Amino acid sequence: MEFILTPEQEDIRKMVREFAAKAIAPTAAERDEQEIFAREIFDQMGKLGLMGLPYPEEYGGAGSDYVSYAIAVEEVSKVCASTGIGLSVHVSLCSGPIFLYGNEEQKQKFLRPLAEGTKLGAFGLTEPDAGTDAANGASTAVKDGDSYVLNGTKVFTTNGGEAEIYIVFAATDKALGPKGMSCFIVEKGTPGFTFGKKEIKMGIRASVQRELIFENCRVPAANLLGKAGDGFKIAMSALDSGRIGVAAQATGIAQGALDEAIKYAKQRVQFGKPIATFQAVNFMLADMATRIEAARLLTYQAAFRRAKGLPYSKEAAMAKLFASDAAMAVTTDAVQVFGGYGFSREYPVERLMRDAKITQIYEGTNQAQRMVIAGNILR
Amino acid sequence: MEIVVCVKQVPDTTEVKIDPVTNTLVRQGVPSIVNPFDKFALEIGLQLKEKHGGRVTVVSMGPPQAKDALKECLAMGADAAILLSDRAFGGADTLATSYTLAAAVRKLGNVDLLLCGKQAIDGDTAQVGPEMAEHLGWAQVTYAAAVEVDGDRVKVNREQDEGYDVVTSSLPAVVTIIKTATEPRYPTVKGTMKANRTEIPVWTAADLEVDADCLGLNGSPTKVKRIFTPQRQVHGEIIEGEPREAAAALVEKLRELKIV
Repeated sequence: MEFILTPEQEDIRKMVREFAAKAIAPTAAERDEQEIFAREIFDQMGKLGLMGLPYPEEYGGAGSDYVSYAIAVEEVSKVCASTGIGLSVHVSLCSGPIFLYGNEEQKQKFLRPLAEGTKLGAFGLTEPDAGTDAANGASTAVKDGDSYVLNGTKVFTTNGGEAEIYIVFAATDKALGPKGMSCFIVEKGTPGFTFGKKEIKMGIRASVQRELIFENCRVPAANLLGKAGDGFKIAMSALDSGRIGVAAQATGIAQGALDEAIKYAKQRVQFGKPIATFQAVNFMLADMATRIEAARLLTYQAAFRRAKGLPYSKEAAMAKLFASDAAMAVTTDAVQVFGGYGFSREYPVERLMRDAKITQIYEGTNQAQRMVIAGNILR
Repeated sequence: MEIVVCVKQVPDTTEVKIDPVTNTLVRQGVPSIVNPFDKFALEIGLQLKEKHGGRVTVVSMGPPQAKDALKECLAMGADAAILLSDRAFGGADTLATSYTLAAAVRKLGNVDLLLCGKQAIDGDTAQVGPEMAEHLGWAQVTYAAAVEVDGDRVKVNREQDEGYDVVTSSLPAVVTIIKTATEPRYPTVKGTMKANRTEIPVWTAADLEVDADCLGLNGSPTKVKRIFTPQRQVHGEIIEGEPREAAAALVEKLRELKIV
């Protein structure tokens, strides 16, 4: 057993870290404050190969692995969690299902531009009345000749309105429950497909979560992903992968907060000494670092298993559960280390704390993660 | 065209710390980077290659860990990299360094254009580029902001205090590059992966046609007697008053000092 990254993974970390520091970090506070979604950052990440990092070169990807992908999401999220989730959704939730379930034509038509980063991806599963109970959505898709006619509303869709390619779930046979759910690739601009309300949020404010509205939207039957009835299976496998992305995002947020807290604790002088010399503070820092290390190891383990083709559903759920709780705890402590300044928008830790909260909720709430884990260990 | 870019691995800090006893740079705890001006030189080299075809080879002299700097250059798009590393090269001043690098350029052969950053941010001498030109007997143009190649000639915008000179030269030539308008490209994922698979050959003194007396400490006439941080003699001044008046007072002072 080895606990070290390959030289390639190390170098990808360094490469993404430098890019993130120069091209993403300088505007992170302003984009959060003004709720600016910066497409140019995603375009740039596309040129560098980050938008298709784990996918083969034949589909426009960079041909790296899932661990490197987790590392990339972590490094990006360290400076901007909003960009981190946009990347994660694009790679895990949108491109992932097409790579795993798409036919060759679908891969060339949709996966290639996604992996090359010329098109942005999104994933529409959650509905106003179907969150954790995702199989109980009200959206429908009725076969009519060479197309399916979609009706329904999706909410909280990350990259919604900005993305060109959407993975959308709808019931083709309501009577069959989860087995009657199907998955479609829907392009922006398809008649009958519009965008509704943009969420106004506590955190990840430079990321867009928006309503998708389908009103008699005709989607070519060729855009059905997998077979009719495969939808729920596809959604669950996409979410398994997505959890690795969110775990990586949470790890990155936590690490970003710890880095700031360490820097500050060394500089801030009270009672004639840097506060880092006080045990009350440095024990906090030690606990933060330990939590992050555990989160990172769980995350890389899940990514490693996925890359090796091993079962990883339980591990991804554990990683997401633990890393998101770690992010919440660590960012809260980081604000505490900063004291009053931590509460001020002058320093980034309050943003990181606001950003951390969502990681306990999306890609399945942490309660849903426990359902997955319990389901696995009680088999 | 065959382009060689010489790069140096330098400590990533503008406040280089000096060991007061040994008078050498303290490298411990300071991350290493590719000298920023060298990256601009590499960017120009890569652009010329994209326009005219050919290859870009990066060469560095340094300890084995300088391979990391070369790897980054490969990830940015350089075709090949060579590290000059040998205990015999240690302690080299700019003369011995440029002598060794020039020998490597000669060994590569058929080089049309040799690019370097105008200076390294640690030593700040700006001597290695021009000295290489002397060793090679090539033309040199320093402080270039733009480089164009047309047939067997190179056209360079050489920075001056007010504007720039347009200098043309025959090839082969040595051109040193300043911080240009085009930021050096970021390494890509594919480039990074390729860099990892690319073997970086290490050339020692035995691989070069060199006179051992001209290498490293032996070949370095420069003797560093003492390095120290100068005492700051001039203190800052705060100009009080309304912004408009304070700005006017500032401009007046700058005029008096002949800065503007």
